[in-house]
Amino acid sequence: MNEPASWQQDIFDVLMDHDMRMVAYVPDAGHIGLIDACQSDPDVTTVPLTTEEEGIALLSGAWLGGARGALLMQSSGAGNCMNMLSLAKVCRFPLLMLITMRGQWGEFNPWQVPMGQTTAEMLKLAGVITFGVDDGGDVRDTVGAAARMSVHGNAATAVLISQRLLGAKTFGN
Amino acid sequence: MSVESSRSEQYPLRRREVVGRLLADRGDALVVAGLGAPAWDVTAAGDDPLNFPLWGAMGGAVSMGLGLALAQPRRRVIVITGDGEMLMGLGSLATVAACQPSNLAIVVLDNERYGETGMQHTHTAGDTDLVAIAGAAGISRVHRVLTGEHLNDACVHLVQDTGPMFFGVKVRAEALPLVLPPKDGAWLKDRFRLALLGESSVNG
Repeated sequence: MNEPASWQQDIFDVLMDHDMRMVAYVPDAGHIGLIDACQSDPDVTTVPLTTEEEGIALLSGAWLGGARGALLMQSSGAGNCMNMLSLAKVCRFPLLMLITMRGQWGEFNPWQVPMGQTTAEMLKLAGVITFGVDDGGDVRDTVGAAARMSVHGNAATAVLISQRLLGAKTFGN
Repeated sequence: MSVESSRSEQYPLRRREVVGRLLADRGDALVVAGLGAPAWDVTAAGDDPLNFPLWGAMGGAVSMGLGLALAQPRRRVIVITGDGEMLMGLGSLATVAACQPSNLAIVVLDNERYGETGMQHTHTAGDTDLVAIAGAAGISRVHRVLTGEHLNDACVHLVQDTGPMFFGVKVRAEALPLVLPPKDGAWLKDRFRLALLGESSVNG
């Protein structure tokens, strides 16, 4: 198991505080500690997805059944969600997306840059309330604010976790 | 693509009868209907607060049913969708297999057509086999439903077997009168939660 970084543990604690115990994900290195923490907790249902848009529909179905959850992905996956976000908007399903950013700060892989540079605007166009977080010390409050607005306000929300916080991958470059 | 252009116009099973039979003994089952004709078919069998008919979100019906099944492990969840909608979300079959929900059944009404857009052929009019795909995705209980006898068996499996289950039902390509469900999504959501979870779920 990868021990979660303190900000990843903060996210886990916020999810548990809000009874968000269904965690769907397409993995990203930035979420590794959080995913491991969720998988290690028998009270959390983790659902691996083949594409991020599945998670929008999955968590909508879970809400119909009285369960709360969150969707983890990296920024390149946000673009896969565009049409499925209409489900959250039209039905006013709560949604919490936790998005680790690529293509945003010191990125060496140009293929990550297009979505990294458009994720926030794209989500806003789709009606998602977006929050950015650059500092690990702000993660708990920011995710908490987004979680409350989703489950208590029937809002679609996303927290974009900066690559500055995650550290850019380099593959030795 | 290789296509038998009129093959599905001769199939004996009729979609409205199939859905009526499958839902006749639904009990307290929860139903998600994929957009287009399957949503009309489910509504023709009887609008119900515990139906969630989709009017969009193409490719999401199985995922939605999976989330519902995981949230409500003691209730049967039946997803009824079409071949075009299923083709857009094939990966969700692998996600179902990864979770193995014992209370989830997926029914695909496969007329080999995109019915709402002019009856263009889907890939299943060629060599694509959704039942084989579901099995290969890791859903072990798959059923190919081609005849009235198969449908009788399917009705028994649906009630008695442990899921996840997949029924690939070949139905006749035919244009039928529209039977439209309510279409305001927020209202459908609250109606469903009120019926399933009670008053506090919508006024909390």
